[in-house]
Amino acid sequence: MSLLDVRNLHARVGGNEILKGVDLTVNAGELHAIMGPNGSGKSTLAHVLAGRPGYEVTAGQVLYKGQDLLAMTPELRAREGVFLAFQYPVEIPGVSNVYFLKAALNAVRAHRGLSPLDAVDFLALVKEKAKVVDIDEALVKRPVNEGFSGGEKKRNEIFQMAILDPTLAILDETDSGLDIDALRVVSRGVNQLRSPERAMIVVTHYQRLLNYVVPDFVHVLVEGRIAKSGGKELAHELEARGYEWLETPAVR
Amino acid sequence: MAGDPRSPVSAVAEQVESYRADFERLRPARAGEPEWLAELREASLARFLELGFPDPKEERWRFTSVAPIARRTFTIADGSARVEPAELSAATFGAELDASRWVFVDGRLAPALSDGGAAEVEVMTFAEALDRRGDLVREHLGRAVGADRNTFAALNGALFSEGVLVHVPAGTVVHRPVQLVFFSTGGSARAATASYPRTLIVGGRDSQATVIQAYAGREGAVYFTDAVTEVVLADGARLDLQRLQRESMAAFHISTTSVRQGRDSHFSEHAISAGAALARADVNQTFTGPGGECALNGLFVAEGSQHTDTHTTIEHAAPHCSSRELYKGVLDGRARGVFHGTIAVRPGAVKTDALQVNKNLLLSREALVNSTPALEIFTDDVKCKHGSTTGQLDETALFYLRSRGIDAEAARGLLVYAFAAEVLAKFNPEPLRRALVSQLARRLPLALEVA
Repeated sequence: MSLLDVRNLHARVGGNEILKGVDLTVNAGELHAIMGPNGSGKSTLAHVLAGRPGYEVTAGQVLYKGQDLLAMTPELRAREGVFLAFQYPVEIPGVSNVYFLKAALNAVRAHRGLSPLDAVDFLALVKEKAKVVDIDEALVKRPVNEGFSGGEKKRNEIFQMAILDPTLAILDETDSGLDIDALRVVSRGVNQLRSPERAMIVVTHYQRLLNYVVPDFVHVLVEGRIAKSGGKELAHELEARGYEWLETPAVR
Repeated sequence: MAGDPRSPVSAVAEQVESYRADFERLRPARAGEPEWLAELREASLARFLELGFPDPKEERWRFTSVAPIARRTFTIADGSARVEPAELSAATFGAELDASRWVFVDGRLAPALSDGGAAEVEVMTFAEALDRRGDLVREHLGRAVGADRNTFAALNGALFSEGVLVHVPAGTVVHRPVQLVFFSTGGSARAATASYPRTLIVGGRDSQATVIQAYAGREGAVYFTDAVTEVVLADGARLDLQRLQRESMAAFHISTTSVRQGRDSHFSEHAISAGAALARADVNQTFTGPGGECALNGLFVAEGSQHTDTHTTIEHAAPHCSSRELYKGVLDGRARGVFHGTIAVRPGAVKTDALQVNKNLLLSREALVNSTPALEIFTDDVKCKHGSTTGQLDETALFYLRSRGIDAEAARGLLVYAFAAEVLAKFNPEPLRRALVSQLARRLPLALEVA
């Protein structure tokens, strides 16, 4: 059984049909890159998988570990191991990162039948995972994303991923807006978190990220459908040729 | 208009008549009061009778109807009710505070519940103060509220019983807060009671102190609290005033706080309005000398059919003063909130630096808030800014929290807490801040302990 099985997924946002029949199968240990031009539905797919309210699925189904993912609340998906790294992480003034993460982790642990981590164990975990993404511990104690630079926010997303230890991680344009140094740091974090048990879906507009995070599969999303799938060499082809050649009706 | 034949004069007369009767009933007991105080009371009664209860046509009462108070008859509580110490903890939102505590039950000092006694600050009832500090009380009582056209302050002036004086002598720094608890046992809808707490705080030159006022009552009891607090700060004095309002949800709470600040003095107010069916707080502050600083921080929280109204006025009547104001409101259910903030800069008050911010969070479709900032500036060369926002919980933030495994209700609570935290963070002492956070969080379904 594959970890994630997306079949003929159709979805609407604000009355506009964005996804028009997406099929995608992801197995544990794999890293899939989803590429495509602006407006092709990449972020919509990421948010539908995470359960964002307002994103209406009109047809199709999604099986995650053999269960109906679309029937689950966003928090249940998270507790079952789905993680979405946001393209635009939200600032929450007044709530410290550490507190927020401890509450989140313990909610996830409770769901998995594990006892909650106490403050000491949690801080030890924070220390360990902060190294993975090279994030300043002082930053971790500050209010969630408040006053963070773009790079710090993205790094914080990867840090949260490291703490929550998901089974399926979806990274929504985590690379956009990053300078090359930040991109390297974030990529290193992602690579360190790759494991045979964990699958990743990396949504990106640019091939650049894939120089650092090497995918097993590349899919091109065009007008709400996967127009082409291939190996990592497809990313290079897209870099050279652009997306236009996939947008013609003949190819569809 | 006075000559309007349709105006329900007889109804108004009836409404105020019971208060006049209260005044007459109390007259014998006040035979021992000095003449100046008797005159102050007579003048206050006359002003109350002249003004009557405010009309919704008055600008300051446009959004708040006091009809629920006006149409009821309240009897002055006799102060004989017994209160267990455990009941008082609600007044401070459960916080155990290291403070010199003075407890007034239904307007009367309850010595058994008070542990008073701080050497460096003088706290005493007016009865004692008139004896020991007569000149001080005479010099200041009624001056800060002055000739305001404030009917409730006038009513308090006529009817207050056991007022309390807090006198911080010149040059004295008081580390232990003075805590004044005004607890009402109240009555039923048919036998509602009233009390008229009166506080006079005099901060001597270069003195420093914290005063915590806590208004609370027996849950479900019907009563009317009409409180007046006057604060007079001499040059260089510093005072932090904390006003915690957690009355019974069936109670009516009206408070007037009037502050006069001398040269280089510093006043901060931290206010929580959480209880009462109908709550109205007026804070009127004036800089009378240059170089003063004033900070007003407040949080009002209302749910169900609660109505909560805050009116503040900061009056820059002297140059080189700065004021900072941050008030936040959280409204749920069908609750209604009102915030009206005036910054007045008088002629000659150059280099005034004033900032006022009001932010409100609506948690339901039926909740409503009216926010009105008002700047009255009669001087050039000043810096005045105000801002007001009202909004709902951020759906994206809600999804962000849920996508990390936090359930929807807890996520809502966390965002409400995050909204209120900016104000709560300013509260001291620490046990009070923690208690406020956890209590308010509980009210605002926050199923998380907040670190």
